[in-house]
Amino acid sequence: MTYTFGLDTFGDRNGGADGTPASHAQTIRNVVEEGVFAEQAGVHFFGIGEHHTEYFPMPAGDVVLAAIAARTEKIRLGSAVTVLSSDDPVRVFQRYSTLNAISSGRAEVILGRGSSIESFPVFGYDQADYEELFDEKATLFAELLKGGPVTWDGKTRPALLNRDVVPHTESGPFPAWIGVGGNPQSVIRAARLGYGLALAIIGGPPARFAAYSQLFQRALEKFGRPPLPVLVHSPGHVAATDEQAKAEFWPRWRDIVTLMAPERGFAIPTEESFDTETGPHGALYVGSPETVARKIATNLRALAATRFDLKYGLPGLTHGQLMTNIELYGQQVIPRVRELLSSS
Amino acid sequence: MNQLPGLAVLGAGHVGPVIARLAIKAGYPVAIATSGDPEDIALITELVIPGAQPRWASDAVADADLVVLAIPLHRFGDLDPNLLSGKVVVDAMNYWPASDGVLTAFEDGGSSQTVARRLSGSAVVKALNHIGYHELEGQARPVGAPDRRAAGVAGDDPAAVAAIADLVDRIGYDPVRLGRLRAGRVLQPGGPVFGVTLTRPEFERAVAEDARSLA
Repeated sequence: MTYTFGLDTFGDRNGGADGTPASHAQTIRNVVEEGVFAEQAGVHFFGIGEHHTEYFPMPAGDVVLAAIAARTEKIRLGSAVTVLSSDDPVRVFQRYSTLNAISSGRAEVILGRGSSIESFPVFGYDQADYEELFDEKATLFAELLKGGPVTWDGKTRPALLNRDVVPHTESGPFPAWIGVGGNPQSVIRAARLGYGLALAIIGGPPARFAAYSQLFQRALEKFGRPPLPVLVHSPGHVAATDEQAKAEFWPRWRDIVTLMAPERGFAIPTEESFDTETGPHGALYVGSPETVARKIATNLRALAATRFDLKYGLPGLTHGQLMTNIELYGQQVIPRVRELLSSS
Repeated sequence: MNQLPGLAVLGAGHVGPVIARLAIKAGYPVAIATSGDPEDIALITELVIPGAQPRWASDAVADADLVVLAIPLHRFGDLDPNLLSGKVVVDAMNYWPASDGVLTAFEDGGSSQTVARRLSGSAVVKALNHIGYHELEGQARPVGAPDRRAAGVAGDDPAAVAAIADLVDRIGYDPVRLGRLRAGRVLQPGGPVFGVTLTRPEFERAVAEDARSLA
């Protein structure tokens, strides 16, 4: 079994050295440095999630990925996620196909329906339509990925008649995934359309997603498709010791989840709930390299997944703390997970 | 042992399968339905909700005593009220403008009261809306466990409230009866118990201190 390991960011606005927030521009420049450093540290994938808020100022992650592509050679680069429901599938394909050209075939996309829907009002979409928007657009995107002229008709964008969409890729479709947060019907959709399954696990016991992984493979069989990979995306933070990682992460986690809670329906975190989530059966990967590596190995096995993407950083953490996280993840966590998985 | 009442879960998204699994574990006969063909959820049922019967919504409801509404609130308007007439209906839905868009009918007061006005032939009970779907199974505990979490139950029909309090108890939570349906507003997003893990005494204290509980 070949395992790969990634890092994802939402462009979480950095804290400055003096405790005041770094500017959006500085945060974005820092993300470029983090992506370049991730390759040096031995990470296989660097993903940027689309967000439109003051604390996640990252609506154009593909531009940032292009800057990273120009300074790297091996690391794969992609969205995590692209909110496809409020975007145009043709433009998303064009941007990532361009990134694929710049990076000589290292582009990927993870498409999301939009559990985080702050983009909808920006672009004039009605949240109540998110299901239809996503289904149609994910269907069209799958057609675009195949290459060649596309003919398509639907309700959510103008029709395409035998349209050649450029730039063409050099060697077939680039990897594309659908992000799923716990709705089994979204798992079926990923299988039906032939996308990889990206399980976004941000709360509760990860093991409960094992049935989704089985459901995905069974649905692929039902639709006559070959097996496709499953990846796990979860938040976390790696520091030298468990105590240090938790001390750095907890106040930032409490603040950002509390801020987002009214809109997203999240529970306000308590120290008790944080202990549960950072414990062996929780969804947060916060701790020393050994603690985080053990948890990743356990859950990759339990979920029959072959890729793990750590969503690193939170608003208020400093660029220096994030660079340490990246270094420890690449140089210690990843080799240790491989060791744990090969010894079973 | 007497046969438990039949349960129909409407909705196979985030919430419906979790409630269905808990009810199956507690011994309830469970059918699950979406707005479409049961064939579409056959595989989901087999792997994610083993023991449930995937059915057409009309068939599932016709044979059930209790119906759980676990659909996105913005789809509630598509549901035929006559379908649910004469049934005890658990409203496990929530109103979040951020994910549903602004729904004018739900802008004021309790969302379950708006649901009940439309389902005038049903006995609507608000329950199971305030515990996250990712926590519902992990936090279920047997009767008497010291860390058993409380769950609110509110409705205007005493027999319906009793049936749902029993369901809540059997799936692993201490039911706290809140009286009339309008008192269920304390269970909504932004309320004092929404998404908060509380034992029965803590829950009762939090509700008593909140002005929304003045039914």
